[in-house]
Amino acid sequence: MSAYSSLDASFAALADPTRRAILGRLALGEATVMELAKPFEMTQPAISQHLKVLEEAGLIVTRVDGTKRPRRLAKAGIEAMDQWLAMLRKALEKNYDRLDGVLAAMQSQEVRKNDKKRGKKP
Amino acid sequence: MSKLTLKTEGDTQLVVTRHFAAPPEAVYRAHTDPKLIQQWLLGPDGWTMPVCINEARPGGKIRYEWKHPKQGAFHLTGEYVEVKPYSRIVHVERMFLPDPTPDNRAETTFEPDGDGTLMTIRMTLPDAKTRSMMLATGMEKGMEASYVRLEGLWREIEQNSPRAVNQ
Repeated sequence: MSAYSSLDASFAALADPTRRAILGRLALGEATVMELAKPFEMTQPAISQHLKVLEEAGLIVTRVDGTKRPRRLAKAGIEAMDQWLAMLRKALEKNYDRLDGVLAAMQSQEVRKNDKKRGKKP
Repeated sequence: MSKLTLKTEGDTQLVVTRHFAAPPEAVYRAHTDPKLIQQWLLGPDGWTMPVCINEARPGGKIRYEWKHPKQGAFHLTGEYVEVKPYSRIVHVERMFLPDPTPDNRAETTFEPDGDGTLMTIRMTLPDAKTRSMMLATGMEKGMEASYVRLEGLWREIEQNSPRAVNQ
């Protein structure tokens, strides 16, 4: 799988509010399907389906512990997405920092114009 | 301290907010007056916008052409859908890379925020796949990051992500 399609799956997996909430819960620490199903008032199969999507997107991993299958966040997948959004944010900031300069220039021009107008009044 | 926020919403939306230390009228003008747009909507260093058409009225056309001495050129076209001076713009745009990207519908609002303005851009893409593509390929060209930095990031992701190794 390429880095591109991996990120693609990650963003798609995040589109669902339940899956975002599951990630939020897992950010606090490992949890079993039963523990994850509790706050959502959803059946375990429904939660399992969401977990499958998240795991395929590289956002969570499963640990085998006897008969239990606790899930936890997959550091690499989460970090790749974070890095991506941080990158995009940084790039947008560059344009908007430049815009700050343009706006400051517009305002000082405005002030000069108003000073002139006031100067003309008797 | 970052003044910019960027988040995905639902399946197909991407929301950007940014505060500016200038009144909504000024921020609006900087987004609709070609002479002003040409000064800041340039992405990475080295890019210029020799052609800038922006007709801020319903049905009005948008055309931006960017150029770089070494990295080439590309352009964007769009149409205004709704225009409420100084407070709200709705427009549709697509980039040509050189093939057209799917239409991106953007609602931009300019609200008074303390002494300045809170700008919110809500972009809606046709589907989740397109949004991912835009995050990955489109936006860095029109709005921001450089190819070089982007390639660097890909290498970083590929090295860090175990899933990316088995291509």
